[in-house]
Amino acid sequence: MAQHKINYLQDNGAAVKLTTIDKLVNFGRSNSLWPMTYGLACCAIEMMATGASRYDFDRFGTIFRASPRQSDVLIIAGTLTKKHAEFMRRLYDQMPDPKWVISMGSCANTGGMFNTYATVQGADRIIPVDIYLPGCAPRPETLQYALMTLQQKIRKESIFRAHKKKRLV
Amino acid sequence: MRKYTPKDNVQRQAYFSDRFFVSPNVPRYEINEDEIFAKDFEKISSELPIIDSYIEHTHLVLHINKDDIVKIMTYLKNELKYEMLMELSAVDYLASKDGYEIFYEMLSLSKHKRLRVKCFVQKDETIESVTSLYKSANWSEREMYDMLGVKVINHPNMKRIIMPDDWYDHPLKKTYPLQGDEVAAWYEVDKIFGKEARDIIGPEQRDPAAIDRYDTTRFARLGHEVPNGVDISEFEPETPISYQEENAPLLKKLKPEESVVLKRRR
Repeated sequence: MAQHKINYLQDNGAAVKLTTIDKLVNFGRSNSLWPMTYGLACCAIEMMATGASRYDFDRFGTIFRASPRQSDVLIIAGTLTKKHAEFMRRLYDQMPDPKWVISMGSCANTGGMFNTYATVQGADRIIPVDIYLPGCAPRPETLQYALMTLQQKIRKESIFRAHKKKRLV
Repeated sequence: MRKYTPKDNVQRQAYFSDRFFVSPNVPRYEINEDEIFAKDFEKISSELPIIDSYIEHTHLVLHINKDDIVKIMTYLKNELKYEMLMELSAVDYLASKDGYEIFYEMLSLSKHKRLRVKCFVQKDETIESVTSLYKSANWSEREMYDMLGVKVINHPNMKRIIMPDDWYDHPLKKTYPLQGDEVAAWYEVDKIFGKEARDIIGPEQRDPAAIDRYDTTRFARLGHEVPNGVDISEFEPETPISYQEENAPLLKKLKPEESVVLKRRR
């Protein structure tokens, strides 16, 4: 065999990698999760810290985007008031499919300590949530963990199956 | 003789006997005790009607009729040099007096004195806006309307400031429930999905300790997992207390017949 001829079907000298479409697409999706630059309350400070250089969200391929049309993750970082619920839903609807939602902190999960007339008692009354992240406020490491859990969830999904509607979408 | 109180378990006693904070009676002083206030009061009372006046917490308090409010504020600003309106709001006396008490906190930077103007407005009456005199009254009056429902006339932009425009009722009234009335409870659902979605979404969960054992979509079954979203109201699957991995590498399997259960802790 000539010295420069490549045996494509064998390991190591090959420029070919065999995989499935699912794995390939999910590899791309899960490693370039672009969340929206969107903060509601004090959790947003932790979210900003997670995005900044010390905790460095960029190494997960996670880059904050300034528009819902360019993003595929919505991090609900903070207290969702009833006045704002409508706008949050509108932002969620503007995001292109596939899209995922991380509910960050007690307030977004359940209303938290705001057991009052003006707070939405859990953001999942408005939009379907994939990851519930507890804490008040969650530390940046915890948000990283939530993102990694979301990545694991995405890697298990099949791209051919239509997205299952979780609740009232 | 002193009243007997049991001393055996002092720690368990409630720290406060009153359910709500009861404000202490603040002593009121004559106006003559302060020179500057005495002069100011002499001037203003000769020109305009004052119902009641005293000094409280180093503030001069003037009770006036609600119809004189703009005249009095104009006089206070231009003649007596109370240049700043620090705060303006109302207190709900709907239950006892069927109205609101409105107060205006003023500050004179040149005299280093503070003054409070108070007036009473019946439930269905309106009050004149002082926005033309003090710019800071603009948002304060909107907040007063938003939170308590006091109607202000001649205001440049009279609409709600905090709550959404289509909100029902005024949340800072004493009669307003803390967790909201029915309109508030369904506000976001009605607005986004429409009233017909109420049945699908369900009422708000207001009990922080609530656990639904048949809820398999959330966290109620930690440690007793079943597949997500399965209906288990008819049949609850048993959860094994111990669990061993099958064919796990590097792990030795526990044989129950070889294990010993200790009778007591060594």
